[in-house]
Amino acid sequence: MSSIAMPLPDAGLLAAKDRIVRALTEALPPETVIFDPAETRAYECDALTAYRCPPLAVVLPRSTEEVATAMRLCHAAGVKVVPRGAGTSLAGGALPTADSVIIGVARLNRILETDFDNRFVRVETGVTNLSVTGAIVADGFFYAPDPSSQLACTIAGNIANNSGGAHCLRYGVTANNLLGVRMVMADGEIVELGGPYLEPEGLDLLGLVCGSEGQLGIVTEATLRILPSPEGARPVLIGFDNAEVAGECVARIIRSGVLPVAIEYMDRICIEAVEAFTHAGYPMCEALLIVEVEGAEAEIAEQLATVEQIARGLDPVEFRLSRGAEEAALIWKGRKSAFGAMGQINDYMCLDGTVPVSALPATLRRIGELSKAHGLDVANVFHAGDGNMHPLILYDANTPGDQDRAEVLGAEILRVCVEAGGCLTGEHGVGIEKRELMHEQFAAADLEIQMQVKDVFDPGWLLNPAKVFPLDASAPRRDPKAGERA
Amino acid sequence: MTDMATRPGDEAELAVTIRDAAASGTPLFIRGGGTRTVAAPIPDNARHVSLAGLSGIRIYDPGALTLVAAAGTPMHEIDALLASENQSLPFEPMDHRAILGTNGAPTIGGAVATNASGPRRVAAGACRDHLLGVRFVDGSGQIIRSGGRVMKNVTGLDLGKLLCGAGGTLGVLTEVALKVLPAPRLGTTLSYPDRDRSAAVTLFCDALRTPFEISGAAWRDGTAHLRIEGSDTQVAYRRERLLARFGAAEVIEGAAHADLWRGFRDVTHFAGPGDLWRIVARPTDAPAICAALRDRLGAATSLDWGGGLIWAAGPDLAPSAVQNCLTGAKGHARRLRPPAGAAPVAETTAPRVAAVSRALKDRFDPAHILNPRLAAM
Repeated sequence: MSSIAMPLPDAGLLAAKDRIVRALTEALPPETVIFDPAETRAYECDALTAYRCPPLAVVLPRSTEEVATAMRLCHAAGVKVVPRGAGTSLAGGALPTADSVIIGVARLNRILETDFDNRFVRVETGVTNLSVTGAIVADGFFYAPDPSSQLACTIAGNIANNSGGAHCLRYGVTANNLLGVRMVMADGEIVELGGPYLEPEGLDLLGLVCGSEGQLGIVTEATLRILPSPEGARPVLIGFDNAEVAGECVARIIRSGVLPVAIEYMDRICIEAVEAFTHAGYPMCEALLIVEVEGAEAEIAEQLATVEQIARGLDPVEFRLSRGAEEAALIWKGRKSAFGAMGQINDYMCLDGTVPVSALPATLRRIGELSKAHGLDVANVFHAGDGNMHPLILYDANTPGDQDRAEVLGAEILRVCVEAGGCLTGEHGVGIEKRELMHEQFAAADLEIQMQVKDVFDPGWLLNPAKVFPLDASAPRRDPKAGERA
Repeated sequence: MTDMATRPGDEAELAVTIRDAAASGTPLFIRGGGTRTVAAPIPDNARHVSLAGLSGIRIYDPGALTLVAAAGTPMHEIDALLASENQSLPFEPMDHRAILGTNGAPTIGGAVATNASGPRRVAAGACRDHLLGVRFVDGSGQIIRSGGRVMKNVTGLDLGKLLCGAGGTLGVLTEVALKVLPAPRLGTTLSYPDRDRSAAVTLFCDALRTPFEISGAAWRDGTAHLRIEGSDTQVAYRRERLLARFGAAEVIEGAAHADLWRGFRDVTHFAGPGDLWRIVARPTDAPAICAALRDRLGAATSLDWGGGLIWAAGPDLAPSAVQNCLTGAKGHARRLRPPAGAAPVAETTAPRVAAVSRALKDRFDPAHILNPRLAAM
């Protein structure tokens, strides 16, 4: 039995399914609305697969105007709307309820405008993250945020979760690379925030929308800042026999004035899994860092010399420079397949609590203690440069009670992150997964004003309800009559 | 109005001050260093609230590139501390004293409240891009926290971005957490004289699409300037490549280089009284906007952010006339310094966006007591 509660569906809406579906199908082109239970089942979950519930219907519009039509009809009928990109959320951000309509942006997948003089692209938000860079790389540009699901995840989902990726130490997260959006409000009105210029007009509603997990509207178009591709990039691999020394190495590199584009960290459990899976030739050690720098040949050499000097001063078990593209690819190969490799040996729950970089060693130690106490292994593979940890709690989904134990341990680890001055989630979103833990991060007044912001955008609380905010806190707004079930 | 500013000693006292003012409907004018406010008459029942008592750096963690400071902390304290670790605020916050004719010491809270971002914005991002978290007191006197002090954070709505640039109209910042970066070890300017705005923007567009990390691209008085920064190796390499690509330029280094970019940052060339507008636009629209401003209104203009930021000065540039100069362009205009007797003017927003903004104001400051003159912009 899964332990995260969702509200009871509204029986009146379930009974009105035919009427709701008819209104949508009449207003929208053929094959836009999916309502056959055999087909809606494909949308019953996102990447947090332990939680599943088919929606009432799924709408897959081909234009912003069609999204607006669907939103207007749902709003008029008091139907909840769950926005969906590619469904790769790890936090249940795209999980439907039985009485909700999913509005998905998957068919909004055109690149509308590329402007290299003004350095932006305008895209429909159903395009995948990787395809944005794919469309401009031949012209010497790239789009910086690169979440590890970038092959599948959409720009819409990236905006909803303010996604980062491996390179945000240098290039920032989605919010720092998003110039404007076209968004459908909860009542179906279309608004534009920001545009192809460096500062949005008026209050920064654009910054508010980015990372709001579908609580404020459905973003259908995005104007994205693009950057000229660097002349080159090169990783080095550094192994340590002590996690704290690796953490110290990260802090010293950052403090030296070198700003690597990425500093990745893997621990022993992860290295072993990766080696069994990919044979990347990683050294067996307690902590492995991959540090990547960018620039022209001489610039790379200068930065790597500094990194090497710092690392050698900390007595590494290995310092491996990559001499060519092949060796560089091999260094990254293991890291990039880490999640897949872990999935080969176990079920896992992936957290993404973030802590100040200086708190990394102590937090890793504490996670190790909690892992022992709860009898579940935890592997660590994460973006060390920005403190965004990804503890993977290993468990067996077929062992009764194991998932619940993993969830309890996960909550403990996230509390440790908050106590260390960090936060519950760096880039995966709160979704349903960390909803109840919001009380750990925020006082009642903090949550209340956030909910008041949602009131302004979505007075009926129809957009992605029962997410982000703790159920007890949001209950009076979502539905005064609603009961909760386990 | 009494000239004496209320000076809360801490966040709790500030909350009491605001709660009392909300109850009595007393307008509050929030002052950090008082350097970013436009001099104008203030209602008789209004009070100034000084944040000078909320000062001090709370956390500086150079290895994590983070700084947490009370909102009233003077910028010079922050700059000095960061410099001791060869770090700096990457967004190069503008000092408004020159254009607004104000005295006093700019504060970090004021920089955040105005989203003050200098020439490096084109490469490194704006103030709002480096804001990791805030504490503030809203218009009801409630103490609120949003964000944190880590670089990646999607835990709840990002209220910091909403307050950044809101001019203290939604809440009074009490503490801000910022991402800092290593300071460039060296900087050099390549100056290209005899370029009109059109030629300058073309140069900026071409230069900014190279991988040479141009960290400033600004124009005034017929000269286009490109700034390169980094280590000695990086600056030498980039200079050579840019000169090869864009032809001979005057090379400016050392103090002259620093002064030049401080001038662009603070818009010292448009100091003094008179109308001053700040226009954010798509760079390739800038030449036409500037031409219209000059031909129709006789405005003098300069460019920053590779053409993405236009400063327009003149004796009296009427809002509707300035707005007309933007017709057909993508961008928006704000009157930062009104001529005598006129008011500042905010950029216009679409009706629904304006309605949402007003509704947010109603929630954050139900009694409408916080910086009422700015809120009416």
